[in-house]
Amino acid sequence: MSHLEVSIGSLKLKNPIMPASGTFGEEMMKVIDFNQLGALLPKSFTKSVRKGNATPRICETVGGMINSIGIQSKGIDYYQNVTVPFYSQFSSPLISSISADSIEEFAEVSEKIAAKKEVAALELNISCPNLKNNGLAFGMDEEATRKLVKSVRQVTDKPIIAKLSPNVTNIGVIALAAEDGGADALTVANTFIAMSIDVHTRKPKIANVIGGISGPAIKPLVVRLIHQVYQVSSLPIIGCGGVMCGEDAIEMILAGATAVQVGTANFVNPTAMVTLIEEIENYMRQYKIENITDLIGQVILPEGANHKNDMGSCN
Amino acid sequence: MNLTKAKIISNEQISLRYYHMKIAIPDWSVSEVQAGQFFHIRTTDDFSPLLRRPFSIYRINELDNTLEFLYLVKGAGTKRLAERKPNELLDIFGPLGNTFTIPEMSRGLMLVARGVGIATLSALAFAAGKKGVPCFAILSARTKEDILVEKELNEVGIKTFLVNDLDSTSDLANVKVMAEELINSKQVDSIYTCGSKRLSILMKDMAEKHQLFAEIALEENMGCAMGACYACVCDIKEGNEIQTIRICQDGPVLPLKKVVLS
Repeated sequence: MSHLEVSIGSLKLKNPIMPASGTFGEEMMKVIDFNQLGALLPKSFTKSVRKGNATPRICETVGGMINSIGIQSKGIDYYQNVTVPFYSQFSSPLISSISADSIEEFAEVSEKIAAKKEVAALELNISCPNLKNNGLAFGMDEEATRKLVKSVRQVTDKPIIAKLSPNVTNIGVIALAAEDGGADALTVANTFIAMSIDVHTRKPKIANVIGGISGPAIKPLVVRLIHQVYQVSSLPIIGCGGVMCGEDAIEMILAGATAVQVGTANFVNPTAMVTLIEEIENYMRQYKIENITDLIGQVILPEGANHKNDMGSCN
Repeated sequence: MNLTKAKIISNEQISLRYYHMKIAIPDWSVSEVQAGQFFHIRTTDDFSPLLRRPFSIYRINELDNTLEFLYLVKGAGTKRLAERKPNELLDIFGPLGNTFTIPEMSRGLMLVARGVGIATLSALAFAAGKKGVPCFAILSARTKEDILVEKELNEVGIKTFLVNDLDSTSDLANVKVMAEELINSKQVDSIYTCGSKRLSILMKDMAEKHQLFAEIALEENMGCAMGACYACVCDIKEGNEIQTIRICQDGPVLPLKKVVLS
């Protein structure tokens, strides 16, 4: 019998699989049983209604897609009155993903939403641009990350998950800042900033020019990030980026992830998450792994390898 | 919505740039599919291209439980789809989206399609034929060869009017004259358009001028096609309020007068 249960801080999940923010919605209940998922994580919402960006908002690249949706949101009132009650009908815990333009707003929205008994945990989308800091994302700045997480820590005891940006020089530094600020877990990571040009029209393929790339193309980059964060932080990691099948999830767990988010794969195959859980069980049976937690960080590194501060040295 | 492995019956090139595909549905009835709806299709079983592609339904055949699609071979997805062979299984997801409305007591429909836009409108034309509502179609394309399914429409009693860019018959002034003539002489009271922003703006003006019912079927790049990702959006205007809605979920068929086309 395989045990798939994992813990994200005080939050217990029946298995490590959950959707990535922005790739999961109410309509998907027509094709998958939400009760089978480790957690439910609907799209990030903001305090006020947000229109989002111009179209085209997505384009495809080899093995991936670039998106710049712009956090289109119906605002916190809609989220509290419609989204939260909808997801509370399922047994899987609801993780609310929050996006905001300032630290004060993050704290304000977090306090309100964490007060709802149906909300099990918060994921802070700190990878969005900070309007008060020249548009630099909070998650690109060590001090901003610490401050932001700390201010949310002060308003709730529920698990706080910081979703890190991969677009940094040293993700370990940001991971430690989030940990220091009081985060309970880290999602590694958001999309990588990317761009694609139509050579026939010479125009960028998405209206916002630059967007974030997801999909199988980025999975090796994310496995490396998880490995680096696992070396320095004691917090549970939720791997996110390009997982298409059970073995991809296992790879992230071996690198150090406790749980895994599935995003772009949901678009390719709407039943991907449920299939993935079965594939993880198959792997565990094949290698006689009793508990999925026995695999966390169990990559076998070459002897003497010190990857702790290795940013890919060239000398 | 169903996730289905449909069997490809045929997949043939019908003109320089267009293909026609027929698939058999094994485990549910196509009678639940309606004109205007679409399917999100994996053009290949590998990850190249990665994402599904949305295709509007061209023809629904309840007799043999098959569906037909017309598509323009343009990018990586449609190129791979064009390579698919009869008897192969095609991973389709749908039907998705909403459907056209034919107003009760409608005395005549006018379809105005550009290029492969006629694929979407044909499904409506066949439905109107079944209901016995007279239907007229203005088909616009780059060249005469790019005009699609004229014969199939004529066979079910739909009168077609063909215009193309090469002989300049497709310019807006000419289409306007044709449409005015149909509205005035054929008791057309409902307009449907797909495939061209220019023609949509023209039809919006005409519908307003003549106080006619009008709908547009929209196309956009899609991610999930289930309303989750917010990739395929458009603006609609009601009163002074502009709202951004999801084409896959709230469309693809929308009231022409509400859609912001600029």
